[in-house]
Amino acid sequence: MSAPNGHVPTVVIVDDHGLFRSGVRSELGDRVNVVGEAEDVEPAISLISRILPDVVLLDVHLPGGGGQLVVSALKTSHPEVRFLALSASDAPEDVIACIRAGARGYVTKTISGADLVDAVRRVAAGDAVFSPRLAGFVLDAFASLPSEAAGAGAGAGAGGAAGGRPSFDPELDQLTTREREVLRLIARGYTYKEIAKEFTISARTVETHVSSVLRKLQLSTRHQLTRWATERRLI
Amino acid sequence: MRGPRTDGPWRRGDDDRLIGGVAAGFAARTGLDVTVVRVGLVLLTLITVGYAAVGYVLAWLLLPVAGSDASIAHRAKSDRRGIGLSAAVGTLLIVLAAMASAVGAGWVSAVEWPVVICTAGLVLIWRNGTAGEQETMRHLAEPLVGLTAGGRRPRLVWRLAIAFVLFLAGTGILVSGHESVRMLAPLGGGVLVLAAIALVLGPWWLGIARDLVAERRARIRAEERADMAARVHDSVLQTLAMIQRRADQPQQVIQLARAQERELRSWLFDGRAPGSMDTEMTLSAGVRQIQQEVEAQHGMTVEAVTVGDCELDEDLGALLEAAREATVNAAKWSGADVVSLFAEVEPDEVSLFVRDRGKGFDPEAVPADRKGLAESIHARMTRRGGEASIRSAVGQGTEVSLTMPRVAGKRQSSRS
Repeated sequence: MSAPNGHVPTVVIVDDHGLFRSGVRSELGDRVNVVGEAEDVEPAISLISRILPDVVLLDVHLPGGGGQLVVSALKTSHPEVRFLALSASDAPEDVIACIRAGARGYVTKTISGADLVDAVRRVAAGDAVFSPRLAGFVLDAFASLPSEAAGAGAGAGAGGAAGGRPSFDPELDQLTTREREVLRLIARGYTYKEIAKEFTISARTVETHVSSVLRKLQLSTRHQLTRWATERRLI
Repeated sequence: MRGPRTDGPWRRGDDDRLIGGVAAGFAARTGLDVTVVRVGLVLLTLITVGYAAVGYVLAWLLLPVAGSDASIAHRAKSDRRGIGLSAAVGTLLIVLAAMASAVGAGWVSAVEWPVVICTAGLVLIWRNGTAGEQETMRHLAEPLVGLTAGGRRPRLVWRLAIAFVLFLAGTGILVSGHESVRMLAPLGGGVLVLAAIALVLGPWWLGIARDLVAERRARIRAEERADMAARVHDSVLQTLAMIQRRADQPQQVIQLARAQERELRSWLFDGRAPGSMDTEMTLSAGVRQIQQEVEAQHGMTVEAVTVGDCELDEDLGALLEAAREATVNAAKWSGADVVSLFAEVEPDEVSLFVRDRGKGFDPEAVPADRKGLAESIHARMTRRGGEASIRSAVGQGTEVSLTMPRVAGKRQSSRS
């Protein structure tokens, strides 16, 4: 969405399938600048810390462990490198693990070339990228909160946070009504622009909501989030 | 085969047979426990001095094994050599019995006829049974054959020695029974002879029982593997073959691969057999099925996302039907290559959205055929207390929103 301000983002592709890497490379074309490829956790870490690309396209499944290992290894030393998780499996636990490690978004491997370029640019600009599926995951994960069983989250999440729950932080452990609505539309296949039009807000505001959801997803201490992901297994 | 009764013709058991499967077949037929039937058979044989065994062998001959229609007797009719052989063995046994009673062992004549008939029958079964039955009989006969074959020498020698002494003592008492303790002697002698036989043959019988269990387990494993192979063949291999043949049509290849992937995944991780329609489906499984069918039939990608899940009831079944209608509709008319399907289960309602970015239409000026479909979606929903609305504009795609209230009693089942 937000303008790439003339700068072509540099990209490193991390995936253990050579065929997939070359496929992505040709799909991205010259709209982004692919500066390197790696096929496993260790080589990826050394390559990325050497060339410091704008965006890393990261497969969540790597032979040497999950993609989240790459993210967590580089997050503190190189916070300027942004990660976009790619997955074929859609296994929630992998995706959630990657996002919680610090990835800025998640897209499915079946995404079209144009959409992928768009996602890379948005991640490069510091925005969050949610696929419909990830939006569905988040809605599902945050819906399983007991304090919200009462109804469609009226009161913008400000209403009495569950008493007695030890580490419940309404700021982080709950979505606001608007965030929930935005996620619903993403899950329904709307683009940010369409969502903005729907709610008569600016695309920038939609972006802010999504980024805030991403932050909650990464920082929430709710152990249910992880447990939920493992329970859901494969969709 | 324990417990439940089966109807249909009486058959011998195959998987759970110990000897001929007659007891297992009887148990399956009557619903009795197979062990009870077996114990009963043995007792009956003792009481009738062997005539029950005759019945067993005859049943073995005359009853077809489960899953087949031809009995052994049927096959034996054309086995002239077998009939001759069994007649010869029978005659030989009669002669032997006559000699035995001449020597003084009069008790032999009591079991003479059962033994003769059983042996003759077994000869026929041996010659005409299936491979599996012959294997069982070879197993059962092994101790007699194996006596000469060696094995663990010292123990065998000990066993045989003790058995020999017992046997001598037993037959001694039996043969000389007419002199002193007339009443008790046959009993004590019989017990000693039985003990001798048990001592010699016991270990083998135990081994056989164990072998049978192991064999059954191996057979089950082999069946599972065969089942797996068949499934993989029907699904994955077929698809791969189709992909090879259509390598020049990338769109179709993608579709095939996607459909196969989904099918394989639902089999491996959800335990849903390929192509099977679960009656007890959940909403998300239903959505997945719509996705799969529309992708396969209309050659377009369906992005399906579900939030929460619940069991299907009739209302939600109607919701899914309406959703399928809407999805197919989008596939047919919109001209888009992606349809998004989003379902959310909330405590008191389920909402479902079908959206495409195709050419859209003006709801005011709908062609008659599309109106018909829209109304059928509408009617389906309102009949069950749900709602349907369609939003569309030329050039902006179409979105069908469906909501269905949930029955109060089922609120608990929501996973979200």
